[in-house]
Amino acid sequence: MITLSGATRNFVVGEQTVHALNKVDLKVDSGEYIAIVGPSGSGKSTLLNAIGLLDRLSSGAYRLEDRDVTDLSSDEAAQIRREKIGFVFQFFHLIPRLTAFGNIELPLTLAGIDPSERASRVAAVLDDIGLADRAEHRPDQLSGGQRQRVAIARATVTHPKLLLADEPTGNLDRASGKDVVHILERLNADGITLLMVTHDPELANRARRKIRMVDGAIESDSLAVPQ
Amino acid sequence: MRIGDILTYAYGGVAGYRLRSLLMLFAMAVGVASVVVLTGLGEGARRYVTGEFASLGTHLLIVLPGRNETTGGAPPLLGETPRDLTLDDALALKRSAAIRRVAPVTVGSAPVSYQQREREVITIGTTAEFLHVRRLKILSGRFLPETDPRRAAPVCVLGGKLKRELFGNRAAVGQWVRVGDRRFRVIGVLASEGRAIGLDLEDMVVVPVASAQALFDTPALFRVLVEARSQSLIENARQQILAIVRARHEGEDDITVITQDAVIGTFNKIFTALTMTVGGIAAISLAVAGILIMNVMLVAVSQRTAEIGVIKALGATRRTIITLFLTEAGVMAAAGAAIGLALGYAAGAATAQIYPVLSITAPVWAAVSALLLAIGLGVVFGVLPARRAAALDPIAALARR
Repeated sequence: MITLSGATRNFVVGEQTVHALNKVDLKVDSGEYIAIVGPSGSGKSTLLNAIGLLDRLSSGAYRLEDRDVTDLSSDEAAQIRREKIGFVFQFFHLIPRLTAFGNIELPLTLAGIDPSERASRVAAVLDDIGLADRAEHRPDQLSGGQRQRVAIARATVTHPKLLLADEPTGNLDRASGKDVVHILERLNADGITLLMVTHDPELANRARRKIRMVDGAIESDSLAVPQ
Repeated sequence: MRIGDILTYAYGGVAGYRLRSLLMLFAMAVGVASVVVLTGLGEGARRYVTGEFASLGTHLLIVLPGRNETTGGAPPLLGETPRDLTLDDALALKRSAAIRRVAPVTVGSAPVSYQQREREVITIGTTAEFLHVRRLKILSGRFLPETDPRRAAPVCVLGGKLKRELFGNRAAVGQWVRVGDRRFRVIGVLASEGRAIGLDLEDMVVVPVASAQALFDTPALFRVLVEARSQSLIENARQQILAIVRARHEGEDDITVITQDAVIGTFNKIFTALTMTVGGIAAISLAVAGILIMNVMLVAVSQRTAEIGVIKALGATRRTIITLFLTEAGVMAAAGAAIGLALGYAAGAATAQIYPVLSITAPVWAAVSALLLAIGLGVVFGVLPARRAAALDPIAALARR
């Protein structure tokens, strides 16, 4: 599904050039469950952003579903994000003035889908994450775990093939973190490809494949032993 | 994105930040309201003045002594004085076939007294035809008799207000009043007619023209009111008036003839120009409100960096983001303008309650252009913030919590 070859992303900081990604080769198949781990500044998030087409590679090539997406215009990238990719962030990034329903509806609204279909799709995902009774609550009326579940619903309401999660439990207590992980794993079981950046070793060990990054390069790429 | 959704989203942006939006709406409302009120004032003044002239009567020409146009020739250093316009000049005008009525007018100010009460009022000396030329109505008694205008009969007609002040509720007709140093018998009272240029017809006394000339000791007329036989004969009448008076004044064109149409037309032009000027000045405050919109939208963009990052990550294109923010600016401007229109018209209506004479109703063109200008400014000044929003780097925008 994803093929990165020689993917490099440089940032110029002052006089220095920092290689946030340094010639990364990576192949991800459809339906995989991957945890990306590594110390801060090792390029985990940069990798995720590049895969999510929020960022462009300085050099190297990126193919997504047999299409070369290395040099897309920002609007073409936006279209692919809209259709194929869902994002979940550490700080949820829900829009504070919109209700849970409104937040989940947003990607459908942006895609120009008509209101009746939006309503039924949003209702379905709200049901999935067990928050049907919180549809009209604004983010500040929800707990952290509930907010992240809403964010996941928002990322998946468009039925993307690829779900990118950057520290999805990083801002949650243990119990709600677990809930969130269960939801993500269930989505993966239903066929979505899940890439998750995490600091939490326990969480990382749950993934079937673990990629460890150091200094912008992949240090190890291992399949977990089924427990 | 669907238009309805764009508007809903923009409305959410406006409603989500109450104080800032309210201040913005207020600024825009003040701008639009000032355009509405000021153009309304200009328009009201225009209508007032042209209404005054229209109420003088139709097919009217006004003959003034003296000439206010230069025709070349020797400069007036030799003590050239304009000839008076006399009663005989006025009566001579009746020879013209284009002229139906002629009312010579002498004006002065004199004390009018009855028993212990005295008022200083305008005294008009004229003839019976004045009643028809000026479309006046008689409340009681009758107007001046249709006798030889050269005869100084001791009769007078009182304006409504003067009658009330001198006689109260008692009958005035048949009583004798003193005007200046002469005694006149009241033969009629004028009905309230409202207003007319420069003269309050309520507060005056009308006497035969010869009596007024004797009273003020002058053979000169203030002016002559002439009524043409029809609209189409006005120009004809004008030429004949000039010809007749020229013949009587030894070949000199020393009078001025104003047609009512020309006066109304001139005032119309002056006041329309005035209205547009004050409207333009008021529009400056709209431009200021436009700059405020830009400021507010720039703040909105930096306040909502994360939101912009999110909708970018969710697949919003550059154009979508620009559209969303432009619409937000436009919605805010339109709402402010709508409030301003309502305020402006309410102020006009309130003024109409206090001063019924001067109606302050903004012309439709001014209201519509204020509205369009407000929305246009909102959108134009929204471009820079919207472009800034669209140019945000989603990763940087999302990195902030």
